[in-house]
Parts: sequence; structure tokens; C-alpha cells
Amino acid sequence: MSDTALAPTPAPIRPWKVTPRMVAPQLGLAFGGAVAAMAVVLATGLAGFDGWLVVFVPISIIGTLLLSRSKGAVASVDAIVGNGIVTVAGISFYPIVSLLWTVISQGLDALLNWNFVSSDMRISGPDDELNMGGALHALVGTLMMVSIAAVITLPLGVLTAVYVTEVRGKLRTLVRFIIQSMSGVPSIVAGLFIYSTVVMGMNKFSGLAGGLALAILMLPTVARTAEEVLKLVPDDLRSASYALGAPQWRTTLFVVLPTVRSGIVTSGILGVARIAGETAPLLLTASYFTATTFSPTEGPVASLPMFTFGLLQSGTEYSFARAWACSLLLLLAVFVLFTIARALSGRDKR
Amino acid sequence: MGAVVDSGSERAVPLNVPAKREIVARSSRGDRIFRGIVSAGALSSLVLLGLIAVFLIVRSGEIFGRFGLDFIFSSDWTAGAEADGSDSTFGVWAMLIGTIIVSLIAVIVALPLAVGAALFIEFYLPERLRSAVRMLVDISAAVPSVVYGLWAVSIFSGAASSWGELLHKFAGWFPLFGVENEQYDRSPFVAGLVLAIMITPIITSVSREVFSRTPPDLVNASYALGGSRWGAIRNVVLPYGSSGVVGGTMLGLGRALGETVAVYLVLNLVFKPNFRILESQGGNVASLIATKFGEASQYEIKALLAAGFVLFVLTMVVNMAATYIVQKKSPLES
Repeated sequence: MSDTALAPTPAPIRPWKVTPRMVAPQLGLAFGGAVAAMAVVLATGLAGFDGWLVVFVPISIIGTLLLSRSKGAVASVDAIVGNGIVTVAGISFYPIVSLLWTVISQGLDALLNWNFVSSDMRISGPDDELNMGGALHALVGTLMMVSIAAVITLPLGVLTAVYVTEVRGKLRTLVRFIIQSMSGVPSIVAGLFIYSTVVMGMNKFSGLAGGLALAILMLPTVARTAEEVLKLVPDDLRSASYALGAPQWRTTLFVVLPTVRSGIVTSGILGVARIAGETAPLLLTASYFTATTFSPTEGPVASLPMFTFGLLQSGTEYSFARAWACSLLLLLAVFVLFTIARALSGRDKR
Repeated sequence: MGAVVDSGSERAVPLNVPAKREIVARSSRGDRIFRGIVSAGALSSLVLLGLIAVFLIVRSGEIFGRFGLDFIFSSDWTAGAEADGSDSTFGVWAMLIGTIIVSLIAVIVALPLAVGAALFIEFYLPERLRSAVRMLVDISAAVPSVVYGLWAVSIFSGAASSWGELLHKFAGWFPLFGVENEQYDRSPFVAGLVLAIMITPIITSVSREVFSRTPPDLVNASYALGGSRWGAIRNVVLPYGSSGVVGGTMLGLGRALGETVAVYLVLNLVFKPNFRILESQGGNVASLIATKFGEASQYEIKALLAAGFVLFVLTMVVNMAATYIVQKKSPLES
């Protein structure tokens, strides 16, 4: 990487490049405004983050106006709107950051006890000390039901995607439309449907019913993601396969699908992330049970979201600590799933 | 975005060239079987959606038969002791109104936040941070509703009800913001804000995706003409992405209409149509089902299934409208 051999080329002019000098006044304004707003909050009766924000926003708008005054009306409007967009974005990220922070800081309390993942609530109550009982039953139940849902949904979702992109059947517009609409079926309605069929039929709550309810919610995610992925397969590959005399089924099974193997896995992962935390459908189908059960057909099964939901309602200090820890587990699961999905999504690059 | 080269342009055909020979491809037996299997799998989703509607209505037919339109337009929900339900009355009007009010609040609050956040991510954020923030948004769109509910109950609802109080203090003359009892927690306002926080990432994520696909040539052309960043956003990005924003909003609205647990945790269920959004009473069909399900009699369960059917129809209408708009106009679709 030596540039000594090259004749010195003039550095290109980049008028749009943001230099520290251009940013400095804005940073100064943001910092100064923040400090000034803080001073106002401390001096007057305004309280907390809301009060601070109420003072900071006008300061930053007036400041921006003053800074951009000399640059003309277009630049002023641009600066004001930019300021507004950054503020709005800040407001919209604030709850998420608050939520993540609270879940992590409060959840570690109970999660740092080893028994939280190694024992269940068979002999412990929700407001027992944190060194007793745990969420093992809920973990096992969630894993069981999510697996049932995944086993049912993955083939169906991939078939649907293949129908839309490869077979290109007559009903593909309708199928896409239905799949898209299905993603809006309220989770509790999926639960009611399984309740009115499976639970009423078997006359008891079960993990199987829970898994089926989750499958309804998972199918649209898997089908749509798989479809997007299949669309990325270049037509040249299909043409090449046909040109070699392969029938469509061989082309699809041995050329198209293997090309996007990790994309298909990603669709499954995103589907699992979508359903792992669903509470409402499980309320009506799997219900809740305090002990660890491995059988999907023998009565109620616990799950992380249902466990959290129950803990919330007993409302004591320790039960809340447990609820936060369950939330942290759920968030960790979602995070891990997304990270895997992201890592995989780079894999299929042709 | 695939490599499909499909020029629809008609080339000029010299007159003496014979007509194109029609190519008839007969698919092999393997292909026919393959197509059959794939079609059956794909059509299962159609069948499933049909089954949901059929089962809900069959199991709750008795309720619709007995109460008719009163089930939708009355607000009385009394579960009697009689097993045949002769002393029970069911109507979901108050809950329907509540569902719509809470969801509207959510969308009205979430839409500007989400569009602002999407524009911020795509056009203001330094490129280095972009993918991390995108992932943050995608993750928060996948945070389970029970976690949002827990956070809302223990952290957010206090702040939200104090905002409600402020709103009443300064805008109480406006009928929507009036209150009878000086109690501001567990109100539709609080529930609406919680839902807004839940659906903001969903709308952000969809809008961001569409904004990021604005043809760069158009944006650069706008800059080249001397337009500012806002000029490019207003004249190029927003018109280009509007259908995506609408689609994302409808998706968020659908989610808000059907939300159960978060609403159950932060809203007082009262069977009276309530338009005063700061008052500590309201409802939503989904949380009605969750609340009553636990100790419902066989007869009341049928009423809950009927309520579920009403909710199903409501959300299907919203979602189909959304899908139609997005598939019709969106540059995202082929």
C-alpha cells in the first residue's frame, strides 16, 4: 500500500463532506442546550426527563435557527427539520433503551442464581426467595412448543414460498395475499381457534395445542422470508439446470433450495423469534403448570411468557424479580436468534 | 431485484419471417407430482384461514343466533349462573370502541415517531452506526408483548398517567380530555401510548426499508439541483416511500388492534363506551377474552369465541386493506 510510486493526485474536492468544523457548532449547541436545560430543570419545578426534554427542544430549535441564520431560508428550514427529525428519533428510541436497560439491570438479580435455570416452581411459590425455584419448567415448555411449531411450519412455509416463486401456480397472487393477511391474525384469535378445535377436542390443555397455536403465527413469517430469499436466486441457475435437462423438481430440490440453504434457516429463525414470546395464544391453549413436563399431550405446559405473565399478577417483590429475569431470558433468546440470522444472511452471497 | 432480464419491448419483426413455432412443454410425471405436493402445501394456508373463520363462527353460532346484532352494538356483559345462559347478556360494543380508540391513539403517536426515526436512520445517522441501529429497531420489533407489559406496568405507566394529568390540566376543555374522576392511571391514553411504543419499531422497520430503496439517482438529482437534505426527503424520498409507510402503519394498526397482554396489564376493563381517553376506564376485545377466559362457563366461552370472531373480522379487514395498498403500489414488490 505504498503511494510513493504514484504521482501525487490532487485530493478530490468533496463539498458534501462533513468536517469537524461544521459539526462543532451543532455539538456545542446540543451540549450547551443540554446543560442549560438541566439547569432550568434543577432551578424550577419541572421534573425528570420529560421536564428536561420540554426545555431542551425549544432551546435547540432557537439555537439551530440562530446558527443557520446567515445561510438563507432553505438552509434554515433544512436545519430546523433536521433538528426535529433527530429529536423525534431520540424520543422514539428512548422507550426502547429504557426497556432494554431496565430488563437487563433488574433481570440479572434473579438470573444470577444458578437455580433459576436449573429448577422449577414445583415446590416454590412466586414470592419465595430468589435462591429457590426457577424457570426450568418454562424453558423446557417453551422449547417444546416452539419446536412443535417449527417442525410444522418450516416445511409448509418453504412449500408456500416454492409455490409462489418456483412453481408459480395460478393462485400465487391469492396465496401471497392470504399469507400477508395471515401475519395480521391477532395472536389471541389463533389461540381461540386452537382452543375451539384441539383443546375442546382433547378436552384438556396441552403443549401440542400450544405448539399448533404458535405454528399459525409462525407460518406467515417463514413463508414470506423464504419467498424473499428464493427471489434472490438468479434465474441463470434455473436456466442452466433446465438446459442440462433437469426437470423442475430436480432443479428446485438440488439447485435452487441448496443455494439458499442458510436463507431458509434464517426464515425459520426469524419465525421462532416472532413466536418465542407470545403469551396470549398460550393462555388459551397450553395454560400453565408449575412442574417440568416433557410430554406434549398430557395436560398443561409452562412457557416463559406465561410464567412471566403469572408472576406479574402475583405482584410481590420477588415475583417481579423473577418476571424481569424471564424477560431477560426472552430478550437474550431474541438477540441470539437475530445475531445468528444476521450472520447467516451474509452466507448465501453468490 | 433478481437478474431477470425481461424486456417487454416489441421488436420490429421482418414480414417474411414465419410465425413463431409454439413450444408446448409437457411436464414429466415427476414434475406433476412435485407441483401437486407444493400446491397442496401452499394451499394449506388458505384452508387454515378459512378454518379459523369457520370454527370460530360454528362454535359461537349460538351466541350470534340469540343476540344477533345486539352482540356487537350493546355493551352489557353479564355472565349468569344458568348453564343454558338464559340469564346471561353479552355485547362487545364498549370493547370494540375501546379497541379502536386505543389503537388510534397508538397509530397517531407512533406514525410521526416512526417516520422520524426511519428518516434519521437512513439519512442522518453516520453510516458506521446504521447497521447497529437497524438491528436495535428490528430487535425491539420482536420484543415480546409481555415484556413491554412488564416494563409499562413498573416503569412507564406512572409517567404516562402524569402526562395524562398534564393534558387534562391544559386541554381539559376539549371533550376527549375531560375526566369525571381525578384518576389518570389505567386509562385508554396510557394503554394507547404503550401500544404506540410497541408498534413504533414495526412501522420504523418497514418505512426504513422502503426509504433505503429510494433510487440514489433521484436523491442525487435532487441534491444536484441545489436542494437541501430536507428538500430531497420531501420531494423524493417521502413520495417514493409513502405506500410503504402506509403499509407499515396498517401492519402496526393490525398489531395494536389484536394486542392482548400489554393492554390487559395497563387498562381498566369497564363495560361502558368511554370516549374520555384520560379516564381510568376502557377496554379492548383481546383483553376481554384474556380477562374472562379463566373463569368462564361453557356458555360464556362461546360468547368469547364470538368476540374473537368479531376481532378476527376487524383485523382481517384492516390487514387486507394494508396488503392491497402495499402490493398495489409499493416499489418493494416485484
